[in-house]
Amino acid sequence: MEILWYIIIAIILAIFFILDGYDFGVGIIHLFFAKKEKDKLVIAKSAGLFWDSNEVWLVAGGGLLFMAFPTFYASVFSGFYLPLILVLWLIVFRAIGLEFRNQINFQMWKDFWDKAFGVSSLLLALFFGIALGNVVRGVNLGGVINGESTYESHYFFLPLWDSSFSPLSDTPGVIDWFTIIIGLIAVIVMGIHGANWIILKTNSSINQQLKKVIFKLNIALIILTIFSLAIWLKIKPQALDNFLDNPYLVIFPIIFFTGLIGSLFIKKFKSERTGFFLSSAVILGGITSSLASLFPVILPSTNKINESLTIYNTSSTEYGLETAFIWVIFGLILVIIYVIFQLRINSGKIDDFEYGH
Amino acid sequence: MEDMILYDRLQFAFTITFHYIFPQLTMGLSLLIVYFKWKYLKTQTEKYNKAAKFLMKIFAVNFTMGVVTGIPMEFQFGTNWAKFSELTGNIIGQTLAMEGLFSFFLESSFLALFIFGEKLMGQKLHFLTGFLVFLGSWASGLLILATNAWMQHPVGYEILENGKFVLNHFGELFSNPWLIPAFLHNQMASLVTSSFLIISIGAFYILSKKNIEYGKLFLKTGIVFGLTSSFLVAFPTGDWNAKNVAKYQPASFAAMEGIFETEHGGAEIVLVGQPNMLEKKLDNKLSIPNVLSILTYQSWNKQIPGMDQFTEDELPTNIPGLYYSYHIMVGLGTIFIGLMVLAAFLWWRKKLFEYRPLLWALMFAVPFPFIANLTGWYVAELGRQPYLVYGLLKTVDGISPTVSSGNSLFTLLGFVGLYILLGLLFLLLVGKIINEGPTKKH
Repeated sequence: MEILWYIIIAIILAIFFILDGYDFGVGIIHLFFAKKEKDKLVIAKSAGLFWDSNEVWLVAGGGLLFMAFPTFYASVFSGFYLPLILVLWLIVFRAIGLEFRNQINFQMWKDFWDKAFGVSSLLLALFFGIALGNVVRGVNLGGVINGESTYESHYFFLPLWDSSFSPLSDTPGVIDWFTIIIGLIAVIVMGIHGANWIILKTNSSINQQLKKVIFKLNIALIILTIFSLAIWLKIKPQALDNFLDNPYLVIFPIIFFTGLIGSLFIKKFKSERTGFFLSSAVILGGITSSLASLFPVILPSTNKINESLTIYNTSSTEYGLETAFIWVIFGLILVIIYVIFQLRINSGKIDDFEYGH
Repeated sequence: MEDMILYDRLQFAFTITFHYIFPQLTMGLSLLIVYFKWKYLKTQTEKYNKAAKFLMKIFAVNFTMGVVTGIPMEFQFGTNWAKFSELTGNIIGQTLAMEGLFSFFLESSFLALFIFGEKLMGQKLHFLTGFLVFLGSWASGLLILATNAWMQHPVGYEILENGKFVLNHFGELFSNPWLIPAFLHNQMASLVTSSFLIISIGAFYILSKKNIEYGKLFLKTGIVFGLTSSFLVAFPTGDWNAKNVAKYQPASFAAMEGIFETEHGGAEIVLVGQPNMLEKKLDNKLSIPNVLSILTYQSWNKQIPGMDQFTEDELPTNIPGLYYSYHIMVGLGTIFIGLMVLAAFLWWRKKLFEYRPLLWALMFAVPFPFIANLTGWYVAELGRQPYLVYGLLKTVDGISPTVSSGNSLFTLLGFVGLYILLGLLFLLLVGKIINEGPTKKH
């Protein structure tokens, strides 16, 4: 039952990053490439129409994580206290930027909220990447100092950074040079993803330019990916063990690399959907590969005294998980119906949609 | 430790108070919008459609505020109340996750379609999306109340050796005797808020002599819904809740009613007075003998235990706060009924739109239902103290063990700053929408 719930929540979070990932990316592209008011409006709209129904995946995923793995939820949310609250503030700022931009027809008002939307999207992408970096790197569970735990073995608290900024420090912070690299990867991945979404959903005048941007970003992404993988293997030599023991898990890295390499041919694609599917594959493959490499651990311990958090030592009871499985199936069927309904109405380009007036 | 719990509690209290300004309007307003849309489908009178679309603009701004201030609530269970989440996540995780999956999905999926999709979908589908938004927001209320009801009156659980609460009867989360009275009371109260909002807009339009047709429509509709809901919020739903508190949390009942000493024979009802915690009595008391016993137990002489019957440990920690919250809520609720009856009477005498003092009063009445709603929640939450899970888990044992007071004060200050900005933006934008009125061309 724990494995089943792990898979359900992983799928929901992967969907969240694919969906909200494009609207973070739209924000990043908006910040750097949208110059004309017409483009700014339509690009903001391509995120503004959808962010709310994308963010429900975060709320639903968070709620299910709370229900299925309460100890993990408690440990991680209190341990990453400051970065999580910063993420909350950014989510608030980004959302009001998108929603309030067109409420008042005054140029300074629009410019301000455009920047708020762009900057908070960029920082959110960075923070989500850093979060993933922290999960694969691990934390000092139990707050061990000189061989003694400060807290109960499954609690910890991470400062934003440690003066060495090193992932190999005994007391690593949230931000170190390894997690920053993962953060940058997330920014680039979401930037590419957002650009693909803009090309797919709008007729903005910068669509051709964006294809070139995607190509360049993709080169940078490949370099950073190779670099970060090398470091990862150096920090965590056991990272490949799961793949060697269970070769079928290689499907996840294959998804990732298909997306990564495929995106190099962006200028040749006939359908605008291809690019979007490939960048979705990068996100999906990246998240699932990281999770598969850790499984069944969900938060590694960097010390030898306290054991890592796994899906087994943090889960709810069997009765709770089974009961929730019944209603979650029912709920997900409803969600699929909503999504189909939405897609039917919102298919195609969105340039002519009324928005915010 | 002392200031750790202080800042954790202040942060939750502040963020939930600010958050709850918006959902109460979301829930009530969605019903009114569905009503106007339904009137339009039935009568094909453009006025009703315009009214629905106008309220929808306010709704959209309000909904955004509700979402962005709501996400921090879910996160804070983990960030600031980690021990509580660890110990009870097995149970309240169920209802909170259902809220995310069933109601929030429903609302958010259809809201954008309702706001932007009228031309694409046709009128019937447009009505349906509005109805689904309403359904989602009420389901959300039900599931949040189910969570709170479990904390007020825990059911369907067992406690393991390691102190964890685990679920053993899922159905009992919903058949909890605390739930339905609290839910209905809460929904009626949110309908009072929304009715008073459209009444206030209506009074403003009539007094300022613009959009008079809509002013009259909003005023009349608002009074019909406002009169009904302000009665229902007091009786039977408020009455049920008071009886539940008397039955399940007698110490909180004594504190909220301000009964320091147990009286022999029936208990009096306190109308006015200030709790004097040093001398354990009410200063400047005005009360009516025996009425509390009659209201609570329909008996002239039934004894009701006062605070002297309980140990320090059983009594709520903030007795004056609880007492004032309760009396402000009840006092305002009574004034709402009076105001609505007066308005209905003048309407019947055909003087509603001419009698300016009443219109002014109705226009300025709009903040008070918000206050009544919030103080009502304070009654529930302060009444539950010193527990998180009534009688079983102390609040002090629920906080995050690793988050220091310096960190929680930092984020509390950040939330205060950010939410002041949000509040100003909300007032600015809603003010602008009201000023432009329902007839504004795009």
